[in-house]
Amino acid sequence: MSDTRKIINDGLWTNNPALVQILGLCPLLAVSSTVINALGLGLATTLTLVSSNLTVSLIRNQIRPEIRIPVFVLIIAAIVTAIELSMNAFFHELYLILGIFIPLIVTNCVIIARAEAFASKNGPMASTLDGLMMGIGFTAVLIVLGGLRELIGQGTLFANAHLMFGELGRSMTITVIEDYRGFLLAVLPPGAFMLLGFMIAIKNVIDAKRKRVAKVVVIATPATA
Amino acid sequence: MEFKTPTSPHIHSGATVSRVMLLVMAATIPGIAVYVSYFGWGVVINILLALVTALACEAGILILRKRPVLPFLYDGSAVVTAVLLALALPPIAPWWIAVLGAAFAIIIAKQLYGGLGYNPFNPAMAGYVMLLVSFPIEMTRWQAPLANTEASLSFIDSWHIIFSGIQANITDAISMATPLDTLKTELRLDQSVEQIITGNPLFSNLAGLGWEWINIAFLIGGLFLIYKRIISWHIPVAVLATVAILSGVFYLIDADTFSSPMIHLLSGATMLGAFFIATDPVSATTSNPARIIYGVGIGVFIYVIRTWGGYPDAVAFSVLLMNMVAPTIDYYVKPRVFGHKQ
Repeated sequence: MSDTRKIINDGLWTNNPALVQILGLCPLLAVSSTVINALGLGLATTLTLVSSNLTVSLIRNQIRPEIRIPVFVLIIAAIVTAIELSMNAFFHELYLILGIFIPLIVTNCVIIARAEAFASKNGPMASTLDGLMMGIGFTAVLIVLGGLRELIGQGTLFANAHLMFGELGRSMTITVIEDYRGFLLAVLPPGAFMLLGFMIAIKNVIDAKRKRVAKVVVIATPATA
Repeated sequence: MEFKTPTSPHIHSGATVSRVMLLVMAATIPGIAVYVSYFGWGVVINILLALVTALACEAGILILRKRPVLPFLYDGSAVVTAVLLALALPPIAPWWIAVLGAAFAIIIAKQLYGGLGYNPFNPAMAGYVMLLVSFPIEMTRWQAPLANTEASLSFIDSWHIIFSGIQANITDAISMATPLDTLKTELRLDQSVEQIITGNPLFSNLAGLGWEWINIAFLIGGLFLIYKRIISWHIPVAVLATVAILSGVFYLIDADTFSSPMIHLLSGATMLGAFFIATDPVSATTSNPARIIYGVGIGVFIYVIRTWGGYPDAVAFSVLLMNMVAPTIDYYVKPRVFGHKQ
C-alpha cells in the first residue's frame, strides 16, 4: 500500500515530470498557450504513458537488455501513431491546432524515461499506475501553465472549448477581463519559460516550508513523548 | 586563483556606485531637456512613473529576498534603469506602459538574476524589448515633434494623454511615425531616400527633426561621462565608428536605398545607446579589447537590423544580443596579466 502511495505521490508532486524532472519541455512550452490545447496534449501524453508503461512492463523479461531502448521506442511510436490517428478522426480541429506536437509525443523524454526507469523494472500494475500518475502530473502542470498564459495573454479561460467538448463547449469560454488588449509576451514562448520558472519556484517554496514544519515536528516529538 | 593586494597605504578613489549613478543621471539632463522642448512633458511623466515603479519593485523584492533595502535603493542603479527605460518610450504611451516596463526590468531582468551586479542583460533594454514585443501598437505610436503640429502640449495636456483611458482621439491628431520608421516603410514602397526626405516635415537638414538635437545632447552628456572617467571611450567609439563606417560604405554604393551615416548617427537611440546603454558596467564586457569587440558587435547589429530587419530601430535588440555573448568575449579576450607571458 505504501508503494502505491509513493508512486502516486511521486507522479503528482515529489518527482513531477514537468516541475522536478523538467522533462518534455518542448511540447510543454509550445502548446500550453490555452487551457484546451494543454488539456488535449496532456491527455494524449497520459494515454501514451499508461499504454507504453503497461506494454513495456509486460514484455520486460522477454527483451534482451542490449536492444531494450530501440524496442521501447518502437512500442511508443506504435502507440503514438494510434493516438494520432484517433485524434485526427475524433477531434479533428484540435488535432490541426496541436499539429506536429502529437506525433512528437514519441520524442517526449518523459515517456522513454518512465519506460526505462520504472516500467522495465516493475510489474504491470505498478507500471500502469506510475504511467497514469506521471501523466496526470504532467497534464496538471500543462493545464495550470495553459490557464495562466491564456489568462494573462488574452484574458479568457477555456477558449475554443468546443474543439474538445463539441457544441456544448462553446458556452464554457469565460471572458475574465473584458476589453483586454492582450499581453503578447505570455502567448509567446518566452512567457511560457518565465511562467514555468515561477511555477517551479513556487513548488520549491512550498517544499521548503513543508520541510521546515516537518523538522519542527521531529524535534518536538521526543519532548512531548 | 589568488589576488595579492599590494601593501598599504591605499587611497580610495572615491568612486562609489551611487556617485557613478549620480553622474550618469547628470549627464542625461541635457538630452532630457532637448527631448522636452521637442516632444513636450510626456517624457518627464514617463520618467517619474518608471522611477516610482522601479524603486517600489526594488524595495519589495529586496524585502522578499531579506536583503538590506536602503543601501540598495540609495545606490541609484534602479534610478538609472528607470530613466533609461523611460527615455526609450514614446512620450504619449499610456501610463501602464512605463509602469509595466519598469516592473519587468527591475523584478525579472535584474532582481531575479541576483540584483545589482549579477544581471546578464541590461534591465532597461530587457524591459523595453518586452514592451515592444508585447504591445506593438502602443510602442510604435510616436508623437510628432511639437513644431510640426498645431497643438502645443502643456504639462497638463501630456498628463491627460498618458493617464486618460480614451486617448485615441487626441493622439491621432498628434501622433506620427518616427523618422526611422518612415524611412523603413517608404523604402519598402520603392521610394528613394532623397524622395522621402525632401519636403517631409519629419526630417531636417541633418536627420529627423528634433532627433538630431536630442542625439547631439546625449553625445555631449556622453563626452562628459568619458571626461569624468565614468565610462571608457572604447564601447561608444566602437559602436559609433561601426555604424558610421557601415552606413558610409553602403551609402557610397547606393545612396537611393541606403540612408546617410548622418541619419544613422543622429536618429533614434544611437547616441543614447552608445554612451548610456551599451556602457552598462554590469552587462558589458570588462577589458578594453573586449569592449571594442563588444561595441563593434552592437554597431553591426544596429545597422543590420535597421537596414534589413523588421524593426525601425535596433539599439535595444543589439545591446541584448551582445549582452548574451559578453561573457564569451571576456573568456576569450583576456588581457595579459602583468608578469605573465602572452
